Amino acid sequence: MLELSPQDWTAVQLSLRVAAVSTLVALPFGIAIAMLLARKDFWGKTLLDAIVHLPLVLPPVVTGYLLLISFGRRAPVGAFLADHFGIVFSFRWTGAALACGVMAFPLMVRAIRLSIEAVDRRLEDAAETLGANPAWTFATVTLPLALPGVIAGMMLAFARALGEFGATITFVSNIPGETQTISAAIYTLTQVPGGDADALKLVIVAVIISFAALLASEWFARRAAARLHGA
Amino acid sequence: MLVFQAKKQLGEFAIKASFNCDSGATALFGPSGSGKTSIINMIAGLLEPDRGRIVLEGEPLFDDAARIVVPAWRRRIGCVFQEGRLFPHFTVRRNLDYGRWMGGHTADSAAFDHVVELLNIGHLLDRRPGKLSGGERQRVAVGRALLMRPRLLLLDEPLASLDAARKHDILPYLERLRDEARVPIIYVSHNAAEIKRIASHVVRIEDGKVVATGTAELLDAGQVDMLA
Repeated sequence: MLELSPQDWTAVQLSLRVAAVSTLVALPFGIAIAMLLARKDFWGKTLLDAIVHLPLVLPPVVTGYLLLISFGRRAPVGAFLADHFGIVFSFRWTGAALACGVMAFPLMVRAIRLSIEAVDRRLEDAAETLGANPAWTFATVTLPLALPGVIAGMMLAFARALGEFGATITFVSNIPGETQTISAAIYTLTQVPGGDADALKLVIVAVIISFAALLASEWFARRAAARLHGA
Repeated sequence: MLVFQAKKQLGEFAIKASFNCDSGATALFGPSGSGKTSIINMIAGLLEPDRGRIVLEGEPLFDDAARIVVPAWRRRIGCVFQEGRLFPHFTVRRNLDYGRWMGGHTADSAAFDHVVELLNIGHLLDRRPGKLSGGERQRVAVGRALLMRPRLLLLDEPLASLDAARKHDILPYLERLRDEARVPIIYVSHNAAEIKRIASHVVRIEDGKVVATGTAELLDAGQVDMLA
């Protein structure tokens, strides 16, 4: 029943790649920003917090448009990256990953920040008195204790990236094999007469992937929590 | 030898204290909320004084006039906190080993075994802190502080979270620690009986100030209402 056409199969693989790459690339930035927001006081903190949350409240099409005018081939940032590093986003799967990463970023930062805030600072103090500098304290105490939240953040980002539609289609269009993710493929199929049956297959695939991701993250989070509470 | 002279404003409360500690065990004695823990945190480097100087063995750790602030992780001062503060995600063995690891020293199994034996925690090494009793946790915390090879050991109400029976179990270990580990100790408590057993020298703190210093006999002259 679930026999996908080559084109649909490509869309599934592309979606997984885009979601995985955007989540993994966003992770170090997400942890850094979450740490900054959770543990430091600095001028402009509220502004940074607002900017990070912007993709959550802006219409996705607006985010996509903003990406287009900044990361497009002729746009300032896009041209710079293309000329100096050979990184091109426009109408490539990398652009889809960028759009998904930006859209998923607030959810990731939120989850990680909450878990860092929940780490007992007195344990960090204890680590410092034992000779751990701030970087080691972070790596050996704060991060391991915040791990369940980091996993939750990655899961949310992955799910958000899988479902991302508006910003991606605005920024990199809907090109089969290059930028057409599951969501875009389903949308395309529903626009074609008689495409409903194929669309339903992709819908089922999307449900299965999301469900598997949810179960996997639940399992990892439980293991991490068990480790912390002395199993 | 430790020289402590510092001022710190904490909201409405002000600490303005100066005292010296020699080798052996010195007790900071005073009622709860008198600023003992803040003083300990200033020595450890977890709280920065507003003014003053803190000098350990001739090395300034804090000196506002000379703009010296040595961060906590470079002070090599071992701390045992009231609640232990063991790392919940590490086994007891890794908790004990943490200071050596961070200090970048090579493993010294003789020192490790000695501390494990001194505190009688050999049977706990592979457990996690979540599975320890309060008394066991505090013994591991003492061991962890000792194994970082501290220049000074700060014990901040290490028995306060334990019931009376547990306290009497642990006091002998602390006495051995004082006699065997050649590290000066500062022992914070509001319990006179405890202090009499551990410390030879007493600094009495009230309302953020040093009101008396002397030998342990000072406790007998003090008001009895503090012993509660």
